[in-house]
Amino acid sequence: MAKITLDNLAHSYLPNPKGEEDFALKELNHEWTDGEAYALLGSSGCGKTTLLNIISGLLKPSQGRVLFDDRDVTSAPTAERNIAQVFQFPVVYDTMSVRQNLAFPLKNRGADAAYVAERVQTVARMIDMEAELDRKARGLTADAKQKISLGRGMVREDVNALLFDEPLTVIDPHMKWELRTQLKSLHRQFGHTMIYVTHDQTEALTFADKVVVMFDGRVVQIGTPEELFETPEHTFVGYFIGSPGMNIIPARIEGNRAHVNGSLIQLARAYGKLDGEVVIGVRPEYAKLSDKDGLPVRIRRVEDVGRHKIVRAEFFGNDINIIAKEGEAIGSEMTRVTFDPARVNVYANDWRVTGEAA
Amino acid sequence: MEKTVNQKAWLLVLPVLVLVAFSAVIPLMTVVNYSVQDTFGNNKFFWAGLEWFDEMLHSERMWNALGRQLLFSAIILAIEVPLGILVALSMPKRGFWASVCLVLMALPLLIPWNVVGTIWQIFGRVDIGLLGYTLENLGIPYNYTQHLFAAWATVIVMDVWHWTSLVALLAYAGLQSIPDAYYQAAKIDQASRWSVFRYIELPKMQGVLMIAILLRFMDSFMIYTEPFVVTGGGPGNSTTFLSIDLVKMALGQFDLGPAAAFSIMYFLVILLICWVFYTVMTNLEKRDGVS
Amino acid sequence: MALVLDGISKVTGAQTHIHPTSLELHKGTMNVLLGPTLSGKTSLMRLMAGLDKPSSGRLLWHGEDVTGMRVQDRKVAMVYQQFINYPSMTVYENIASPLRLMGMSAAEIDSSVKATADLMKLTPMLSRKPLELSGGQQQRCALARALVKNAGLVLLDEPLANLDYKLREELRVEIPKIFEESGAIFVYATTEPEEALLLGGNTATLWEGRITQFGPTPEVYRKPIDATTARVFSDPPMNFLSISKTGNKLLFGDGQSVAAAGKLRELADGRYVAGFRPNHVEVVRHTADAMKFTALLNVTEITGSETFIHLAHHGEKWVGLIHGVHDLELGQPIDVYLDPSHVYIFAEDGKLVVPAAYAMAA
Repeated sequence: MAKITLDNLAHSYLPNPKGEEDFALKELNHEWTDGEAYALLGSSGCGKTTLLNIISGLLKPSQGRVLFDDRDVTSAPTAERNIAQVFQFPVVYDTMSVRQNLAFPLKNRGADAAYVAERVQTVARMIDMEAELDRKARGLTADAKQKISLGRGMVREDVNALLFDEPLTVIDPHMKWELRTQLKSLHRQFGHTMIYVTHDQTEALTFADKVVVMFDGRVVQIGTPEELFETPEHTFVGYFIGSPGMNIIPARIEGNRAHVNGSLIQLARAYGKLDGEVVIGVRPEYAKLSDKDGLPVRIRRVEDVGRHKIVRAEFFGNDINIIAKEGEAIGSEMTRVTFDPARVNVYANDWRVTGEAA
Repeated sequence: MEKTVNQKAWLLVLPVLVLVAFSAVIPLMTVVNYSVQDTFGNNKFFWAGLEWFDEMLHSERMWNALGRQLLFSAIILAIEVPLGILVALSMPKRGFWASVCLVLMALPLLIPWNVVGTIWQIFGRVDIGLLGYTLENLGIPYNYTQHLFAAWATVIVMDVWHWTSLVALLAYAGLQSIPDAYYQAAKIDQASRWSVFRYIELPKMQGVLMIAILLRFMDSFMIYTEPFVVTGGGPGNSTTFLSIDLVKMALGQFDLGPAAAFSIMYFLVILLICWVFYTVMTNLEKRDGVS
Repeated sequence: MALVLDGISKVTGAQTHIHPTSLELHKGTMNVLLGPTLSGKTSLMRLMAGLDKPSSGRLLWHGEDVTGMRVQDRKVAMVYQQFINYPSMTVYENIASPLRLMGMSAAEIDSSVKATADLMKLTPMLSRKPLELSGGQQQRCALARALVKNAGLVLLDEPLANLDYKLREELRVEIPKIFEESGAIFVYATTEPEEALLLGGNTATLWEGRITQFGPTPEVYRKPIDATTARVFSDPPMNFLSISKTGNKLLFGDGQSVAAAGKLRELADGRYVAGFRPNHVEVVRHTADAMKFTALLNVTEITGSETFIHLAHHGEKWVGLIHGVHDLELGQPIDVYLDPSHVYIFAEDGKLVVPAAYAMAA
C-alpha cells in the first residue's frame, strides 16, 4: 500500500506542445491517500486513461513527477511500481489454469512454492473462485476472467495500488452488480488503494470514497459522491453527475434572489456582484411540480422509469427536467414548479460561486 | 418440432459438382485406369489388378524417395517455423518500417519457382556463382553436383529463403491481433520475455501457425521445380524426391502402370496427412470453445 | 396489423436459439426486446429482418407471407452496436447511400439527406468522414442511414451499448422523438431495464430464447407474469423471499406475519415466493403496515442522492435502494422495512399468483 502523489503533472502527446490546448492532461497536483477508493470519471477523451497510464508507468509524463510514498517513480518501469491493473477486456493467460494464472505474478518474482500455494488459496477465496481453481482460464465467462485479473493483482501482498480501466464494460448488467459489490467489500476488508477509471457515473459514485471528475484534460472537482451531487463546483459536474443532469437556467442574481425572465427565485445564500455568464443550477430531484406555487412551467412529456417519473418540461424557454415520485399523479393542473432554495447553486462562467449565508 | 425436408439445396451444389468432376475426378480416373492395367502402346490394355500397387509397395526406390521426402519436409519445417516466428517477433509492430518490412518479406513469395531454382543454380555454381566460388576458395568443399551434403544444403537453404516469409507473415498477422493490454498485464506481472512468448504470443498464434505448418508441409511434400532445376535429383538419387521420381518413372521410363499406382498412393498419403491436420485443428478449436 | 411472427422458431443442430414465438408488432410502435446477453434478442431480430430463415413458423408483413424473402427485397433497416459506416465516404454520402441504391433522383436524395441530417443533428458534419467524428456522432450517422430509407421496419440492436453513459442518456431521449416522427415499426434490443423504461412503448422480455411477456412497458414492469420476467426487468435485481400461507396469515419468516388482505385471502395454504423491488425497501418505518426484517448489512454504495444497501437475509442476497445518503455501519445487523402492498407473490414454480397491490392501483 502506498500514498501516490502527483506533482505538477501534465502530459502532451505532441513532441513540442505550445499552448494549453496541446495538453491531453493539463497541470495537476494531487495526493491519492493510502487505502482509499477513487474513481476517475469523465467522458471519452477527457484524459482519464492518460492519467491512469502515467500512474501505472505505461506512459511517461511530459512534465512533473509521480511519487509512491515519496519515492520518485516517474521514470520507473511498470514492473517496478508494484501496481496491478484490470483492463477493459479481460486479460488472462488462456492456456494456464486459474491456479497458474493467480500464481504467475508471484512465481515471476521468485516466491517459494509453499507461500505461492497459500496465497493463491487465500486470493481464490477472496474472489470466490475456489471451486474453479483447476479449470483452464480459456472458456470461462467474461466476469470470471475479470475476477482472475483482479485476483492476479491482489495476490501480491506488497501491491501499491489496484488500477481499473473500465473493468465492467463487457459484463452483463446483472453481473455488474455482483462484481461491483464484491470489489467494494474487498476494498473494505483489505484496504487497497484503488483507482477506477470509468465514464459511467453510477459505477464511479457507488464504487469510490472520492470521485475525481475530469473534463477536457482538467480535473474539475474531487469530492465524495454527496459533494458532487449537492454542490457541483462546475456546471460540467452538475451535468455529468445525476441522471438526468442538473438543470441549468440563465439568471440575473441580486443578493439572495435570482431573476429569470423577470420572475423571482428565492435563494438560500446571498451573492455579491457576479461577472461573466451567470446561471443557476438545480437538480431535477429538487424541483417539484405544483398546481399553485412557484413559477409557470409547460410539461412536454412524462417518462415513467419505474422507480420514479422524469418530467421533461419547458421553463421560460429552457429545457428542464423534474423528478416526480413513482405513484405521483401528474395532471394538467400541474402548471407550476418550485425549487428548494437550499439546493439552488449559482455559477459564474461555469464555476460555482459560494456566496454568503443570507 | 418437425423439421421441413427440402432437397432444393442440392441444385445449388450442382455447378460445383460438375466442376469438380471435370477438374479432379475425370483426370484422377484416368490415373486409376492406368494403375490397374498394363499397356504396350497401340491403345491396348491388359488387366493387371493390384499388381502395380504391390510392386510399388515393395519397391525400394519408392520407399527411398518417400524417406528423402519426409526428411526434407521435416528439416524445412524445423527451420522455417521457428525462424519465421523469430522474424515476425523482431518486425516492428507499426509505423513506416512495418510497411517496409512487409514489402521486403513478401518479395521472395512473388518469384516463380523455376526462377528461384535458376537463381540458386547459378548462385551456387563453383565456377561462376558467388556462393559456390567463395566457398570453394575458402577451402570448403562445395559442389552441389557432386557432394550429397552440398546438394541437400543448397536445396534446403533455397527453400528456406523462398518460404520463410510466408510463415513470418502469417505469424506476424497472429501477433498483430494481440491487444496491447496483454503486454501491459505481462509487464505488471513481471513476466519474462520467454513467458510472454510462451503464454501470450504462442497461444494467440496457434491458429495461424497450424495453417502455416499445413501449407508448408503440403508444399514441401510436393516440391518439384526447384530441386529439378538445381540438382536434377542428384548427385545420384540423393535429392530425388517423390515428384521428381514420379516424373522420371512416368515420362523418362514410360512405366505408366507403376507411375499411376505411385500417383494414387502419393495422393492418398497427402489426403491422409491433410485429414490428420484437419482433425487436430478442429479438436483444438473445440477445446478452445467459443472464446 | 404490420409485422406478425407466427410460431417462429430457430434451431441449429441441438441448440434451440428461439422457441416457437408468436408476436404482433403494430405500425408506429416502439418495441423493446429486453433480456441478458445470449437470451435470443439478436437471433429474433435477424429472423424479423429475414437475415435468417426460421426453422418453423411464418413471418407476415402487412398480411403478406414474407417468410423466405431475402432481406434485400424487404424494406428493413438495421443498426448495430458497432458503429457501421462507410469509412471512405463523407457523412452526406453515407446517409445518401441507401437512397442511391434505390435509384432516387438527385434532388430527392438531397432533400431527404438534409432533412434526416437535421433530425439527427448532423448538419454541421455532413462533409466530414465518419472516423473524424465522435462515437456518438458516428452512431447518429448510422442511425440516419437507417432512417433515411423510410423503411417500415427499423431494427436497433443495442445501438447505444458502445457509447459513453452521458451520450447514451442523450440519445435515449432523442430516439423516441425520432421514432414518433417516422411512423415505422421500431424494434430495439437492450440488456438494460432502465433503457427499456426510458424508451417506453412496448416491451418483450426474453429469457433463454423465449419471450416471457409482451405488453406496454410500464405494465410489464409493474405486472410481471412470472418471477423470470420480474428478474429480467429489474436493475438492481428483484429481491426474493420464501414465505408460507396458513389460514388467513402470511408468514414472512423472522416471526413476521401479515393478515392476508384482498386477493391474498383467496390464496390456498402453502409455500410461495415473495418478490419486491430494491426501491421499495426502507430503513425507517414508513407505513403503519410495514413489516420489519433484520438483515446483515454487507456493503453500502452511495450514488450522491441515494444509497444502495446490500443485505444478507437467511442466505438470500437482497439489495435496497434508499433515498438520501446514509452512513451505516457495515457488517452489522440492520432493520429494514417493507410495505406489504409492494410485495408480489409468486408460486414456487415462478408464476405470479398475486400482483403487488400498489401496481394494481397504478
